[in-house]
Amino acid sequence: MSDPKPFSDAEAKARRGRNIALALGLVLFVLLIFVVTLVRLGANAAHPN
Amino acid sequence: MAMATAQTSTAAPARWQDFVQLLKPRVMSLVVFTALTGLICAGAPVNPILGAVAILCIAVGAGASGALNMWYDADIDAKMRRTRGRPVPAGRVQGADALALGVVLSLFSVMLMGMALNWLAAGLLAFTILFYAVVYTMWLKRSTAQNIVIGGLAGALPPVIGWAAASGTTPLNAWLLCAIIFFWTPPHFWALSLYTSEDYAKAGVPMMPVVAGAASTRRQILIYSLLVVPLCLAPAFTGLGGAAYLAVAAAGGLVFLLLAVRLYRSHAGETAGERNTDGLYDVRAGAKDARNLFAFSILYLALIFATLLAEHLMSATPLELLPR
Repeated sequence: MSDPKPFSDAEAKARRGRNIALALGLVLFVLLIFVVTLVRLGANAAHPN
Repeated sequence: MAMATAQTSTAAPARWQDFVQLLKPRVMSLVVFTALTGLICAGAPVNPILGAVAILCIAVGAGASGALNMWYDADIDAKMRRTRGRPVPAGRVQGADALALGVVLSLFSVMLMGMALNWLAAGLLAFTILFYAVVYTMWLKRSTAQNIVIGGLAGALPPVIGWAAASGTTPLNAWLLCAIIFFWTPPHFWALSLYTSEDYAKAGVPMMPVVAGAASTRRQILIYSLLVVPLCLAPAFTGLGGAAYLAVAAAGGLVFLLLAVRLYRSHAGETAGERNTDGLYDVRAGAKDARNLFAFSILYLALIFATLLAEHLMSATPLELLPR
């Protein structure tokens, strides 16, 4: 078995950028769901009916 | 299959910016603006955070539609000057990745809209995404010269979605905003296609100038302009727009009609090579009337929606000229 071909610098840089963007997107999504839950729960708690 | 022929050599590794480009940010900005207008005009008390989430969902849903469109249309995008640099035809992003991005963002935007706001808005958002990706992109675009007329519904729905997100209802005024964008789309898009028809012909897309010719297209642009300008005045008579809106819509409408008449009397679209560069605005003398209407149509729509938005934000009293 031969070693897999290593990434070029440009490929590695592009991959790192994509990974950071994806991580930020996921973190933002989690925060968004958390905030939406707080707002919806708060509204329902204030007006239960 | 359209997407099977789309892959070319991988020119450069995909950067995150290429995935942003798949979301058609410029189209997204217009969608956000019209959706925000609908949300504010609804006049319903909505939590600012939830309002922002609604706009985000609509923006992401529009972006998802763009990604699905770029996945499916990669073969024809590769043949047109305006679109050949897009990430999929340029080989920077795999078609499958564009498809995955479009599907995932569609699901997330619709689900979040339903959970955070209401399911009427979520249903309208899902319908809009499906209509643009399936009805327009996969069916109408390649099969009929009426493609952008019928497909224009997808671009016209965001204010209705915004209205539904805020109030949970879609009254007549929400559909009036939809109708304005719906009837604005043909003169806007056909003015552009008059001087880009070579591209559409090369790609086999039956755009109106390719199928019916330039003279017929110019006549239809004039007819749609005569329809859309009175329609743009209508909100002033239904309690939606005020005096400022009426003034802007009327003055802008006069300019719109003037440009449409000048285009009708011109010979735009009858000679080849009317563009100097790949850009949308640098054209030769013969296409200037088409370019002018195309450019002004964007300004006109932006102006009337901005005026509506400003009036409602400042709580201006609507000019109720007719009894409701």
